[in-house]
Amino acid sequence: MLSMGAMVGLSMGSISCTRDAVEEFLQKHFREMTEEEKKQVIRRLEAKYLKKYGKEFHISTQPADTGVLWGYGLDLSRCIGCRRCVYACVKENNQSRINPQLQWIRVIRLKKGSLINLENAEHYYNPETVPEPGFMYMPVQCQQCENPPCVRVCPVKATWTERDGIVVVDYDWCIGCRYCVAACPYKGRVFNWAEPNIPSAELNTGVHYLGNRPRMKNVVEKCTFCIQRVRQGRYPACVEICPTGTRKFGNLLDPNSEIRYLIENKRVFRLKEDFNTEPKFYYFFSA
Amino acid sequence: MKIILLLLSLITIGFSLPASAAQHDDYPVSSPPFSEGIFPCSNCHAGLEVNTRKRELKDEHTSIKLRHAEQERWCLDCHNAGDRDKLKLADGENINFTESYRLCGQCHGNIYRDWKAGIHGKRIGYFKGGKRTYFLCVNCHNPHDPKFKPIKPEPPPIRPEATHARQ
Repeated sequence: MLSMGAMVGLSMGSISCTRDAVEEFLQKHFREMTEEEKKQVIRRLEAKYLKKYGKEFHISTQPADTGVLWGYGLDLSRCIGCRRCVYACVKENNQSRINPQLQWIRVIRLKKGSLINLENAEHYYNPETVPEPGFMYMPVQCQQCENPPCVRVCPVKATWTERDGIVVVDYDWCIGCRYCVAACPYKGRVFNWAEPNIPSAELNTGVHYLGNRPRMKNVVEKCTFCIQRVRQGRYPACVEICPTGTRKFGNLLDPNSEIRYLIENKRVFRLKEDFNTEPKFYYFFSA
Repeated sequence: MKIILLLLSLITIGFSLPASAAQHDDYPVSSPPFSEGIFPCSNCHAGLEVNTRKRELKDEHTSIKLRHAEQERWCLDCHNAGDRDKLKLADGENINFTESYRLCGQCHGNIYRDWKAGIHGKRIGYFKGGKRTYFLCVNCHNPHDPKFKPIKPEPPPIRPEATHARQ
């Protein structure tokens, strides 16, 4: 306890030593918090966001349901590369818009006939209209691996797999070392190199602690299958925006789910399967 | 007493039969994308004489250019001359516009199967514990010209070198 006090004293040297700042510094790892401690943290964060953004946030800590393991399906024969998903995600999940620009979905363009040639993939493509003849499009985001290398490398256990299969980050525990960014073979994680930049009017105030709550400089973030939505039974934002119905979502443990149907009836593959990461993100061909 | 019971059960069966028939293929679909003020069709068609000859329409519906097996088909193969506010299946059954997926499914059987399973097309809202909406075929595909048209993509991400150059 003495050393804790000393630590606070040291690190608080330059910061004003308010009660909130102390509480923030002493905040526990999310998974070690009691329900009461979670409530306190949420109250403090909501007050902090109100002061910072002038908006009332509702931060959920809704836990995973039992009997649920989320899976995602993406129909490569339908995707036209329009990037509607990228921007719907940015908006829903409060990503920094510019300087730094953070996006959780990257749509890569591949020549037809060389689908596995990722080295020649292009994600800055910008034609007048899509789809372009001769090309395929493949959105890539966090694949929510069952064996996630990003989780294994984290030196402080700030990232982990939830019981429903979503790989999450406790932004307040992340130290910004970016080992996870380096370990992910899908470029599924991005880093806040600067203070996030979001117009106040565009903030989404319905947030989850482990998901789309506003982040700060120096932390890593990633797709959470819209944890704030799917735990309430809603489809992720990218699924809802897609104009071609390319994106599918459901419970892998439910034999009647859409995701199970497509795995059982369509030609399916997982990206970089040979890495043994066991993604829960299934690319498929419906036609 | 027995007679009353019998009567009661008959009534129950009588009520449950149409209900189960309605449940058959019951999907929470969105509303069909009618042009404003065009539905119900009978508003105009009620007073018109039915002409079943395949022809080019010169006075009304001129914006509709059929590009959907147009050699083989025309309006009254799907629209219903007898009841303009309904569609018509190949077997003569009249269906509502909200059931148009059954009409499409007559030819596109494999797509229909996928649509019913939620693999083709789009569903939004709550997949569990709330209201959800299934898009009809015609919410995405113009039934008269169903092929998807190319669209403008959203802007690409900013190249990192562009950010650094500015600073």
